[in-house]
Amino acid sequence: MRHWLTTLWLLLIVAGVHNLRAGEAMPLASDEVTEKRLVAIASELRCLVCQNESLAGSGAELANDLRREIRALIKEGKSDAEIMEFMVSRYGDFVRYRPPLKGSTLLLWFGPGLFLVGGLVALFLYLRRRQRAMNDSPLTAEEEREASALLQEQDSRRGQS
Amino acid sequence: MNRFLWPLIGFIALLALLAVGLTLNPRDVPSPLVDKPAPSFSLPQLQAPAQTFSPKDMHGKVWLLNVWASWCVSCRQEHPVLVELAKQQVVPLIGLNYKEVRGDGGIDIDKLSPEREKQMVLERAGEWLRQHGDPYTLSAIDIDGRVGIDYGVYGVPETYVIDKNGIIRLKHTGPITPDVFSGKILPLLATLSK
Repeated sequence: MRHWLTTLWLLLIVAGVHNLRAGEAMPLASDEVTEKRLVAIASELRCLVCQNESLAGSGAELANDLRREIRALIKEGKSDAEIMEFMVSRYGDFVRYRPPLKGSTLLLWFGPGLFLVGGLVALFLYLRRRQRAMNDSPLTAEEEREASALLQEQDSRRGQS
Repeated sequence: MNRFLWPLIGFIALLALLAVGLTLNPRDVPSPLVDKPAPSFSLPQLQAPAQTFSPKDMHGKVWLLNVWASWCVSCRQEHPVLVELAKQQVVPLIGLNYKEVRGDGGIDIDKLSPEREKQMVLERAGEWLRQHGDPYTLSAIDIDGRVGIDYGVYGVPETYVIDKNGIIRLKHTGPITPDVFSGKILPLLATLSK
């Protein structure tokens, strides 16, 4: 019986804490969605001032302005694609961390694959050549006689020393 | 001999690739705005704040739009070139004063009212031109940098060459040196003015 009571108490406390949390979070909820989308979009974009930072993580002045701009676009109800287009039309494909697939970016996208295929081909050719060299031409009778003569010579020398 | 030849050739090729990479300027990002119409705007003029300037006003002329600010160190470097250019009256030069107050890291913008900020922009930018000379036909003031965003500005100074039909023909990021002007801009102006 006492067990039951404790459990009940615990449940009530947990539920109470849960309610409290939910109550706190409510007013922020709509903003939170905006902020989440902002971070998601900004992580895909390059900050042009400090080029190795994303727009989400950069503290540069321009990054601030652009985040403000993106936030305003989200609030206007623009889609992610439209916001991306807004950025690309001003700063070019360079602003995207994932460049689009097109003529000028083919090498960028498929270059690593080409290197891999090239490496595999080179490896294959090398292994085949080595295999051939190892299997190649068993000794002729003449060569065999010479070889055994050499070996015997060595043996006899070893015997002397 | 042959065993070492190919790795050596590969190494030299890689070295050449990296050496070329070192000479490239990562700040020189090709602008998607080139060959597109210059984004329209309407902003107050620095010397006559009651009047506005819009790119439409320059229709039928080849002109330069130069983005500048008094806090911009490289602008100081290019300024004498612009002053010289203005003396020769080669081409109308319009200034776009970019985030004069809020671009300056030292000022807490949250404590300023919009009117006060605008007033400070006029004072600071005007004073700077009095000190260093004013090469501009006129300057428009982009207080919050919104027009700058439309023009894809990311490093002041930047200069745009705009043709008679309002199409951007060239964007130069960074200070204009005499070499850049005579080598890149002047030839373009000559062909565009025909």
